[in-house]
Amino acid sequence: MEYLIVFLPLVGAIFGYFSKYFGDLISQFIATISVSISAILSAIVFYNGVFYNQYGNYLIYEWINSGKFIVDWSIYIDPLSSIMLVVVTLVSALVHIYSIGYMNHDPHKPRFMSYLSLFTFFMLVLVVSDNFLQLFFGWEGVGLSSYLLIGFWYKKNSANNAAIKAFLVNRVGDFGFAIGIFLIFLFFGTVNYNELFQQVPNFVNTEIIFLGINVNLITIICLFLFIGAMGKSAQFFLHTWLPDAMEGPTPVSALIHAATMVTAGVFLVARCSPIFEYSQFALNFVAIIGMVTAVFAASVALVQNDIKKIIAYSTCSQLGYMFFAAGIGAYHVAIFHLFTHAFFKALLFLGSGSVIHSLNDEQDINNMGGLWKKMPYTWISMVIGTLALTGFPFLAGFYSKDAIIEFAYASGTQIGYIAAGVGIFTAFLTAIYSWRLIFKTFHGKYNNKKLNKTEIHESGPVILLPLSALVLGAVFSGFLFKDFLIGNNFLDFWKSSIFFAKEFNHSHLPNWILIITPILVVTAIPLSYYLYIRHTKLLEKIKENSNLIYQFLLNKWYFDEIYEKLLVKPIKNAGSFFWKKGDEKTIDRFGPDGISKIIKLISKKAVKLQTGYIFDYAFVMLLGFSLLLTFFIIYT
Amino acid sequence: MNFPILSSIIFLPLIGSFFVFLTKAEKNERNKSAIYVSIFTSVVNFFLSLFLWYSFDNTTSDFQFVEELNWISGIIKFKLGIDGISILFILLTTLITPICVISCINSIKSRLKEFLIAILILETFMIGVFCSLDLVIFYLFFEAGLIPMFLIIGIWGGPRKVYSAFKFFLFTLLGSVLMLVAIIAIYWIVGTTDVTEIYKIQIPKEFQYLLWLAFFSSFAVKLPMWPVHTWLPDAHVEAPTAGSVILAAILLKMGGYGFLRFSIGMFPIASEYFVPLIFTLSVIAIIYASLVALMQEDMKKLIAYSSVAHMGFVTLGIFTFNKQGLEGSIIQMLSHGLIAAALFFSVGILYDRTHSRLIKSYGGLVNSLPKYSFFLMIFVLASLGLPGTSGFVGEFLVLVGVFKSNFLVAILASTGVILAAAYMLWLYKRVIFGNVSNNDLKKISDVNIYEFSILIILTTLVIFFGFYPDPLLKTIHVSIDNLINNYNLAIAKAVVLK
Repeated sequence: MEYLIVFLPLVGAIFGYFSKYFGDLISQFIATISVSISAILSAIVFYNGVFYNQYGNYLIYEWINSGKFIVDWSIYIDPLSSIMLVVVTLVSALVHIYSIGYMNHDPHKPRFMSYLSLFTFFMLVLVVSDNFLQLFFGWEGVGLSSYLLIGFWYKKNSANNAAIKAFLVNRVGDFGFAIGIFLIFLFFGTVNYNELFQQVPNFVNTEIIFLGINVNLITIICLFLFIGAMGKSAQFFLHTWLPDAMEGPTPVSALIHAATMVTAGVFLVARCSPIFEYSQFALNFVAIIGMVTAVFAASVALVQNDIKKIIAYSTCSQLGYMFFAAGIGAYHVAIFHLFTHAFFKALLFLGSGSVIHSLNDEQDINNMGGLWKKMPYTWISMVIGTLALTGFPFLAGFYSKDAIIEFAYASGTQIGYIAAGVGIFTAFLTAIYSWRLIFKTFHGKYNNKKLNKTEIHESGPVILLPLSALVLGAVFSGFLFKDFLIGNNFLDFWKSSIFFAKEFNHSHLPNWILIITPILVVTAIPLSYYLYIRHTKLLEKIKENSNLIYQFLLNKWYFDEIYEKLLVKPIKNAGSFFWKKGDEKTIDRFGPDGISKIIKLISKKAVKLQTGYIFDYAFVMLLGFSLLLTFFIIYT
Repeated sequence: MNFPILSSIIFLPLIGSFFVFLTKAEKNERNKSAIYVSIFTSVVNFFLSLFLWYSFDNTTSDFQFVEELNWISGIIKFKLGIDGISILFILLTTLITPICVISCINSIKSRLKEFLIAILILETFMIGVFCSLDLVIFYLFFEAGLIPMFLIIGIWGGPRKVYSAFKFFLFTLLGSVLMLVAIIAIYWIVGTTDVTEIYKIQIPKEFQYLLWLAFFSSFAVKLPMWPVHTWLPDAHVEAPTAGSVILAAILLKMGGYGFLRFSIGMFPIASEYFVPLIFTLSVIAIIYASLVALMQEDMKKLIAYSSVAHMGFVTLGIFTFNKQGLEGSIIQMLSHGLIAAALFFSVGILYDRTHSRLIKSYGGLVNSLPKYSFFLMIFVLASLGLPGTSGFVGEFLVLVGVFKSNFLVAILASTGVILAAAYMLWLYKRVIFGNVSNNDLKKISDVNIYEFSILIILTTLVIFFGFYPDPLLKTIHVSIDNLINNYNLAIAKAVVLK
C-alpha cells in the first residue's frame, strides 16, 4: 500500500501523458484517478498509524554505495510523514479535479496533468524519505516540476523568466542544503535520519573550524540546512521567486505554491528537530527569519493589486508564522498550521482562479468589484477561506495561528515574547489585506471596461466541487484536529517523530493574549470595509501623504532591483570579461596565436636568407669554413 | 593464454575500416555499404565489450585479460590488460562510436567513406589507450588518436576549421612531447616501461616531481584544465557533430584516465605534493568556465565551456584520494560522456536542419519540435546535475569527497552547480520556449527515426544510472580500493623514510 501511494502518481504522470493519443479526457482521467487512489490510501495509512500504530520503514533498493556513503531508496512512514502524505495527496487530488475544469480550453491538458502528477510523486518521495539524499532528490524534483509548471505557458516570456528565477533561487537554497548534507556525512558518517539523530547528543559541544571561523558543529549544520528551507519556503532574502511564480496556471499556485511544496522547508525543520533542538542559536535564527518574513510579506501584500500576488505574499507571510513557531520549538504547532493552511490557502487560490477564469484572465483587483451576486458560490467560499486565514474564531486558522502566538508567549523567552507580538501584529495586517481583496473583488462597483458584467458566469461544478471540499477543510480541520495534534497529549500522536528538548508550560498564559488576536481580526473587517468601500478617498490621501512608503511597499522593498544590480549584472559582466579578456585577449593571444605568430615571423626571416644568388651562398660557406677552422686551431 | 579478446576489441574497428575502404558507391549516390559495414563493425564491437564486462571479475584488483607480446625485445612489450576502471571507459567508447556512425548518415555530405574510416580508426586508438599497460604503447595510442581527430576537424569542419585544427594539434602535441620525454626518462631510471612493474618499484622521490609535471602537462591539455582549455571551444565549434561527440565523450576522458592510471599510480608522492595546484586550477575552471558559458552566443561553445567546468569536478574528485571522490570522478566522467555526447548530438540535429549554431537564430522550437524539446530538456537537466540523472551521482559524490579534504574548495566548486543551472536553463529557454522567432523554423521537421533511436538510448542510460548507479560502482569498487591502498602505502613509506 505504501508503495502504491508513492508510485501511483508517477504511473499517472507517465501513462496519463502517453494516453493523450486516446484523447485528452482519458489522460486526465488516468492522472486524476491515480492521485485520488493515492489520497484514499494515504488516509488509510494515516488512520492505521493513529489507531493501530502501524509505522515502519519500507526499503525499495540501494541507490548509491560508495565506501561509507550508503544511501537507500525507501518509504519511511511515521506520524510526521503520514500527516504530510494526507495533506499532499488530498490537496493534489482536489487540484487535479479542479484542473479538469480550469484548463478546459488549454490545448496541452495532458501535459499539464502529467506535470501535476509528477510533482505529486516528487513531493511524496520527499516526504517519505528516511535519509537526506532521497529528501534532496524529492527536493530538487519538486523544484523541477515547479519550474515546468510555472513555465507551462511557454509562449509567455514572463512565465519562462519566472520559471528560471524560481529554479535558480531554489538552487541557491539547495546549495546550502547540500553543504549541510556534506557536513553531516563528514562528521557523522551517515546521511540516514535515525543513525544521525542517535549520534547528535554526543556532538553537542563539538567545535569545528569552518573557513577559518570557530563554530559549533550542530549550529553550522542547522544553518546550512535552513538555507535550503529558506529557498524552498520563500523566506526573506530567498523569497523573490514566489510572487513571480504566479505566472503559472492557478491550480499550480494552489497546489505547489501554497499547500505543499513551499511547506517543504517547514517539514525539513520539523524533521530535523533532533538536530535543531541542540542549537539555540540556529533556532533563534529560524525564528527571526520567520518573523521578518511574516511582517515583510504582509506589508507588501497590503498594496499589491494582482489578486494572485496578494495571496502569494500572504502564503509567504504564513510560512513565516510556521518558521517562527518552529524556531521557538513548537514544531508540532508549525505542522498544524501547515496542515490547516493547506486547506484555506488552496481554497483561496482556487477561488481566485474561479474569478480569473470567469473574467477572461483578468487578475487586477482594480478591474473587479461587485462580483458577489454573479458568482455566489465562489464568493462564499472565498469569504470562508478568508475568515479561516485571518483566524476568525472557530475556523481552521483560529486554532493554529492563535496556538502559534500562545506557544510563543508561553515559551517565556525574550524571543518568544517578540514572536508573540509580531504574530499579533501580522495577524492584524493579514486581516486588512485579506478583506481588501474580498471587498475589492466581490463588493463595490464593477470596474472592468473590457468585459460586460452580464457576460460573467459562475464557474461549473468541476471547479466548485473541489472548492466545497476545501471549504469543509477550512472550517473543520482546525477544530477537529487540534486536540489530537497540539492538545495536552500531543506526544501520543507525534511519538518520536518530532523531538522536544524542552517542556511547554501553559499555566501562566494571561487572558489578554488569548483574546487579543480574535478581537483584532474581527475589528479589521469593518475597518477594511470602511477603507476600501466606504471611504476610498481617505485611502488616496494616505497614499499621497506617504508616497515614499507606498512606493517602497509597492516595489516589494526593491529586492528584485537590488539583486539585479548586485548579483545578476556583475555575474554577466564577469562572464563577458573572462571570455573576451581572459580567453581571447590573454590565453590565446600569448598562447597558441602568439606562438604561431612568432614562428611565422621567424620563418619569414629565414626565407629571406635564401636569396638564390650563388655568391651569397659561397660567402656563407666561406664564413662557416673559416669559423670551423678557427675552432679547430684553437682547441687542438 | 586464452582468446585475445582485448586485441580483438582494439583491432576490430581497424579491420572494419579496411572493409569500408573497399566499398564503392555508385555515382551521385550515398555510399550505403560503407555505412552498413561501419555500423556492423562498431555494434559487434560494442557487444564484444559487453561480453568483456560480463566476464570481468570485479572481486580482484589485478589486471585481467592480460596479453603480452615482445615487440622490441627486452625493451618494449606490447602489453594489454584491464581493471575495473578501464573496462567502463572501453564500454563508453564502444557505445559512443556506433552512435557517431549513425549520426553521420544525415550530417556528413561529402567524403562519407573517408569520414567513417577516420571514426573507426579513431575507435581503435581510443580503446588502445584504455587497455595499454606499457607506457610506450600507451603513448603511441594516445598520440595516434590525434591524427584522425585532426583530419575530422580539418576536413569536415566549419569555416574556421584550419585554425581550430591547428590549435587543437598544437596544444595537445605540446603537452605530449613532454610526456614522451618523461617516458624515456622513466625507462632510464627504472629500466622498464611496464606499468605494473613500475607500480611495484616506486620511482625515487626526487624524480617524481618533474615526471609528474610532464605527464600533467599532457593530461591537463587533454582534459582540458584551465588555462589550457581554449582549444576546446574552437575545436568543438568547427568539428562536425560526430567529431564533437567523440571529442567530448571520449577524448577528454583520456586525461582523467591518465591521472588515475599513471599520475597517481606511478608518482603518489608528487601527486600528493601537487594537490593545491590541481585544486586551484579546478576551482578556477569550474567558476571561470561556468561564467563564460553563461555569456556564449553559440550553442556548441556553450556546451564546450560547460564541459570544461564538468571536467573541473573530475580533477577535483581524483585528487581527493578518497573513495567517494575517486568513484565520483569516474561516474562523472562516464555520465559526462553520455550527456555531452547527447547535447552535442542535439545541437547537431538543429544544425543539420538550419545550418546555424547561434542561439539567437532559434526560439519557440517546442511548437514545431515537441519530441526534440522533450529529449533536450532531459539532457539539460542531466547536465545541471538534477538528482535522478547520472550527472547528479557523479557530481554529488565528488563534492562529498572534496568536502573531506577541503571545505573552501568544496564550497567554491558547489557554486558551479548553481551557475550550471543558470546557463543551461537560459539556453533552453532561448532555444525552445517562446514564440516561433522566424518562419524558417516552422518548416523544420522533428527528429527522424535514426535520431530518435540515438536520443532514446542516451536518455535511458542517463536516467537509469541516475537511479541505479550500482552496476558502475560495483565494477570499480575493488580497483579504487586498491588504488587508494597503494597510494596510502606509498605516502606512509615516504613519511617513514623521512
